[in-house]
Amino acid sequence: MKDSTAAATMGKEQSKKRKRSQMTEIWRRMRRNRLAMFGLVIVSILIIVAIFANQIADYNTVAIKQNVVERLQGPSAEHWAGTDEFGRDIFARLVHGARISLLVGVVAVCIALVTGGILGAIAGYFGGTVDNVIMRIMDIFLSIPILLLAIMIVAALGSSMLNLMIAIGLASMPTFARIVRASVLSVKDQEFVEAARAIGAKNNHIILRHIMPNCLSPIIVQATLRVATAILSTASLSFISLGIQAPAPEWGAMLASGRAYIRDAPHIVIIPGLLIMITILSLNLLGDGLRDALDPKLKR
Amino acid sequence: MNNHNTLLDIQNLSVEFRTDDGVVKAVNDMSLQIERGKTLGLVGETGAGKTTTALSILRLIPDPPGVITGGSITLDGEDILAASKHQLEKMRGSLVSMIFQDPMTSLNPVLPVGEQIAEVYILHERINKQEAAKKAGEMLELVGIPASRGRDYPHQFSGGMKQRVVIAMALACNPKLLIADEPTTALDVTIQAQVLKLMKELKSKYDMSMLMITHDLGIVAEVCDEVSVMYAGRVVEHGTLEDIYEHTAHPYTEGLFHSIPNIDARAHRLIPIPGLMPDPTDLPPGCPFAPRCSYAVEECSKALPTRIQLSDTHSVSCILRQKEE
Amino acid sequence: MAEEHPILEVRNLKKYFKTPKGMLHAVDDVSFSIQRGKTLGIVGESGCGKSTTGRTILRLLEPTSGEVLFEGRDILGLSKDEMRQMRQKMQIIFQDPYSSLNPRMTISDIIAEPLRLHKLCSGSADCEKRVERIMETVGLAERLINSYPHELDGGRRQRVGIARALVLQPSFIVCDEPVSALDVSIQAQILNLMQDLQEQLHLTYIFITHNLSVVNHLADEIAVMYLGQVVEKAPAVELFEHPQHPYTKALLSAIPVPSLKKRTEMQPLTGEISSPINPPQTCRFAPRCPYACDRCAEGVPELRHLGGEHYVACCLCQQ
Repeated sequence: MKDSTAAATMGKEQSKKRKRSQMTEIWRRMRRNRLAMFGLVIVSILIIVAIFANQIADYNTVAIKQNVVERLQGPSAEHWAGTDEFGRDIFARLVHGARISLLVGVVAVCIALVTGGILGAIAGYFGGTVDNVIMRIMDIFLSIPILLLAIMIVAALGSSMLNLMIAIGLASMPTFARIVRASVLSVKDQEFVEAARAIGAKNNHIILRHIMPNCLSPIIVQATLRVATAILSTASLSFISLGIQAPAPEWGAMLASGRAYIRDAPHIVIIPGLLIMITILSLNLLGDGLRDALDPKLKR
Repeated sequence: MNNHNTLLDIQNLSVEFRTDDGVVKAVNDMSLQIERGKTLGLVGETGAGKTTTALSILRLIPDPPGVITGGSITLDGEDILAASKHQLEKMRGSLVSMIFQDPMTSLNPVLPVGEQIAEVYILHERINKQEAAKKAGEMLELVGIPASRGRDYPHQFSGGMKQRVVIAMALACNPKLLIADEPTTALDVTIQAQVLKLMKELKSKYDMSMLMITHDLGIVAEVCDEVSVMYAGRVVEHGTLEDIYEHTAHPYTEGLFHSIPNIDARAHRLIPIPGLMPDPTDLPPGCPFAPRCSYAVEECSKALPTRIQLSDTHSVSCILRQKEE
Repeated sequence: MAEEHPILEVRNLKKYFKTPKGMLHAVDDVSFSIQRGKTLGIVGESGCGKSTTGRTILRLLEPTSGEVLFEGRDILGLSKDEMRQMRQKMQIIFQDPYSSLNPRMTISDIIAEPLRLHKLCSGSADCEKRVERIMETVGLAERLINSYPHELDGGRRQRVGIARALVLQPSFIVCDEPVSALDVSIQAQILNLMQDLQEQLHLTYIFITHNLSVVNHLADEIAVMYLGQVVEKAPAVELFEHPQHPYTKALLSAIPVPSLKKRTEMQPLTGEISSPINPPQTCRFAPRCPYACDRCAEGVPELRHLGGEHYVACCLCQQ
């Protein structure tokens, strides 16, 4: 015992180590990754722009106000990104479009996360027949292309923003179910779960305190990446006029309506296109960065 | 030291790993020699630099972050550190080969084991497939596996059998030096005994030299001729089996012996080495073992002890022995 | 020794697993008992069912059949809630100090969790005090209290695992290979700690390991397992000095001895452990046994009393 008590007294001399939250640790690792930080900055800017869209450009008087006299103008001091075929300010439309895209993306992912997450957790933790039934239904969902599934749902429920969110959300639900199930399965068999059972913990305590916190990182990463896919799906659905309806400024719809003028005024298509690309890229970079930062085992 | 009988001669080797958290000094100014036909045991605990030393001999240190910062490695008269990529590729497998700790991960799971052994022949001896397959079969028989099992995949073998396959692969081209990195740590005792016996037999049959990396002083006593004890990237004591086991000179070696539960003498308390291995990014200035050493005096933490020759075969790096002289 | 009631008695414990290829007999009819304050070593190679035995005794795995009497009560008949209460007295220390601690919890959270679950501390100040006390007992520096497991080395992590098991003040602990993942010098520290704790707290251990030298150092009595069955059971000194079962003899001779004097030529066993799935009703060691004869195929040999406390299951080892 001599050596162990010696170690303990030695410890008392040194000051007690401050509790360092895992968030600071993750942030420290995140900051070292330049690409991820680039993604984070762009995504943050988009979120701020989306929140303050009305302060930047009024919706009714600028974003959807038609002014045929100024149609198809190139970028200028007055119209930073030029005007579209109805003379509407493209910059203002993009700003309001960010609001729609992010909202649809985030809400759709939340729908997918909650439904898929719960189903996946149940399937993973209880296993057996429950697992089989849930996962085979998810497999059927997965065998239908996302866009086709969304088209079916929108066609059935009618095209509104909420229906669009539900459609995209349900379409990416199986992915979440699979990821949550897989991570629950891998965590479930770890010894610390058995250790929790050995000290007398109940099922719900084990799931909430031990299993879920250790499944969070793949879920967070996937959610980030999925927001990108959802934005892309919204754009695609709007492009084929099943998504956001005119005159609401949605990026995909802007691409769709602008494509007739691509020869005379290429900026109508190029600028929203670039914006979609940068947004998706930033979200993906952020997601990859989070994946690296969230894994405590990659440290060192 | 450069007598023609020396197969491997490592002089003052230093290896660093440059990571975000600092420079890890894995191997520091370490020297060792292996004579032809002899087995050297390299003993030490996790993080002592045993595996890094072994990988340096094959020039397989992952770079980045690993860098060989100094010293020389001469294997069978060839300067390893100056060798070209092509020379190294030729050397690995035919002049020197290595067995790793985990037989599960050192075999390719999607290829039959016979093919994996045959590949070594095709790479090094430029013989055709049929001949290589035949030789692979002979090699399997040699390690105690029927040649017919060459068509089986790794997952169809048990751990001990897989390690035999790995040994067959390593010995396929008759290397002069076999490096075995904890070859039996993942195996059960009875299987370990089988594998050790096999390695001993093959070693004398092929007249190879062997570098046996292990933390188990029992295995060393079983298979080795000489021993180098490593601590914090340095060789702290070197000698023949008798020197190390009967005339232990370094306090760390002594600590290791006291830490092992002895199968013959029961019920007395173990005498562990207090404390932990020093942080390799921040080694103490003097003797790296001084903070844990019960004989340490003030001078120990000031300068590195020099290597003292206690006899023709026995050398130690410890100030205490310096004083005695 | 006066005939006390044993703290733990295991009778005809069986644990079978269903696999696609058939019934896997992980633990097959195992019986033993331990007196309070003693250590029973369970030794065997991988796949012999030693870990399953330990987990089944604690009902971390539900046994197929058999009885486990703890302080005279059959714990297999307890309800879930009664069993949860019982866990305060019966604890386990795991092999892998890396996967047995939740990476998302701090050291103090890990050690305090059992106290919180059983509502044994009044307020967080009391909780912290008890955590600090137990950390000192197992030799963990107080400054580590808010660290995360990945910031500690293997030896310290294992001390955390021991602290978590001890904080409920159990009387019986299953130690499942607690030192096999550690370096020798650290291993000695942990073994000494466990010995000290046993003396101080009057603990009873089941010490599961593949390392015979370690059990020899710690155990009062040793049970050797092969393919789910106990093949030999004897007081430690007796077992090491007069091993009877051919498997025990082989195990003993296979250990490389770190000394030049007591060297004997290794006589390795041939072959490997056979499949535990639907094993034949014969001596399970016979296929590898150098002394096997026709009688070995006549049925599973029973544990026979050899005198003293020595039991062996081999048809050749009769008085």
